[in-house]
Amino acid sequence: MNGSKSRPEPIEESRPVTGSKPARRFVAGYLNDIPRSGIRDFFDIVSARKDVISLGIGEPDFVTPWHIREASITALDRGATTYTSNRGLIELRRQIARYLWRAFNVAYDPETEILITVGVSEALDLAMRAILEPGDEVLYHEPCFVSYNPEIRFAHGVPVPVVTRRENGFRLTRAMLEEKVSPRTKALLLSFPTNPTGATLAREDIEGIAAFAKAHDILVITDEIYSELTYQGERVSIASVPGMKERTIFLHGFSKGWAMTGFRLGYACAPVELSEAMMKIHQYIMMCAPILSQKAAIEALKSDFDTNEMRASYEHRRNFICAGLNEAGIPCHVPNGAFYVFPYVGDYGLTSKDFALRLLDEENVACVPGSAFGASGEGFLRCSYSTDLEAIKEAVVRMGRFVARLRKG
Amino acid sequence: MDELLKLLRANALESPKNLARMLNSTEEAVKAKIADYERSGVIRGYQAIVNTDQLDVDLVRAVIEIKVTPEREGGFNRLAERVSKFVEVESVWLMSGTYDLLAVVTGRNLKEVAFFVSEKLATIDGILSTATHFMLKTYKNNGVLMTEEQPDERLKVSP
Repeated sequence: MNGSKSRPEPIEESRPVTGSKPARRFVAGYLNDIPRSGIRDFFDIVSARKDVISLGIGEPDFVTPWHIREASITALDRGATTYTSNRGLIELRRQIARYLWRAFNVAYDPETEILITVGVSEALDLAMRAILEPGDEVLYHEPCFVSYNPEIRFAHGVPVPVVTRRENGFRLTRAMLEEKVSPRTKALLLSFPTNPTGATLAREDIEGIAAFAKAHDILVITDEIYSELTYQGERVSIASVPGMKERTIFLHGFSKGWAMTGFRLGYACAPVELSEAMMKIHQYIMMCAPILSQKAAIEALKSDFDTNEMRASYEHRRNFICAGLNEAGIPCHVPNGAFYVFPYVGDYGLTSKDFALRLLDEENVACVPGSAFGASGEGFLRCSYSTDLEAIKEAVVRMGRFVARLRKG
Repeated sequence: MDELLKLLRANALESPKNLARMLNSTEEAVKAKIADYERSGVIRGYQAIVNTDQLDVDLVRAVIEIKVTPEREGGFNRLAERVSKFVEVESVWLMSGTYDLLAVVTGRNLKEVAFFVSEKLATIDGILSTATHFMLKTYKNNGVLMTEEQPDERLKVSP
């Protein structure tokens, strides 16, 4: 923290692990090569300031709908304070199976193919550990969520980023993957809608990627955490493409679509052999997901009302912020998913980090520099519109004022 | 319901320019649509949602269950409209169940409301009986919570 300094200290790309030297010799060497999240650095700087308008928040601004909270309270009231089965409550797994069939047209057996986890973060860790041998390569598209690269490395895999670009709406196509595939490629990690770009995939792109996976005998891990927040067009999961379920690990959870981040609840769906492999790790490291969160999730899946209402609200705010930024001369494509816009700010002779720091310093608006989401995020800014509309209005005015000043020099 | 109406119901003070941005429309189109709604009577007015509990004013509010004799021509309508015309009456609904009309009535004090019910309402031909319930405290009104909402405790920056 830098509360005593007047200017925020610059973000270090890789800050060494601190601590006394003698203790440091116990830390595994490979961890030193993995940088601290750029978001955490930025968080420290923003936290030291007062009255910041933050467009830096990567979670819903809704409180979990009351009936879901109430279900969890009732469960606590009735003494639900125990472990559950390792895979999670069967009633929840059955509800999930029904939901996935209804929403994605994919069929998973609740007895053997669905595993309840502590957030998608745990599910992703399980997937990586279950499939990777040291040196195996994992393809993933960038800019992307900050955890993918480190999670692959924690499992001793080799991350291979595939850069997506603004010019074609941050799509991912088969041709882009063919350039990066190698004999060591074991898996492809997909995350659409994407944090931070908000990009989604059209059915034709997904079919092309599926054909790629089959041609190279690659496993696909698909993180669908933002899928409820898809605004236009159909929601297609690669798991629903014929012949893909057998080579797909489908990850999903309740944090974004149901505004349940603090419940820390996710799930992994996969063919039985893969599911058993993940289960083996899960039962030893986690035992089970918290029962109160599982009880809440059962209630959450009973209707689509909440997710539909929240999506409509996000969509209005998305339209507003895109229109506002574009009018202010900050070019911003209209993303089809998640709750982020990813405007281009590379024309002012500043890195995205410096742009974000000066914007914070001069206008007290916090956005996350695109470079926190991979090298290809340089030149962009992630602005979350999962915040109060009045705050978004004011932020857009301030950002417009800021770039007008930059243009004058 | 139309998206424009939903947004106006959430915040009627939102400017047409901002509404147009949210709906991917133009300011002119939004203004024209609002004018249409006003002309056709879909939009009947715009009011502030006030928490009167916080004001130092003499105001009591009661809900009144009213049983009436429906009339041969027009059913409940004529009587309901008669009840509606009193300025003391804020809202009136025709109800299913054990009574027929539900009226929300306001007055400066308990005595004033009691007087209105016994002298004005109960004496109307066709009204068989009334039951008056005084409201003590407002927790939620028109979808708006009147109690303090919890502050935003989210981290200011998160992945």
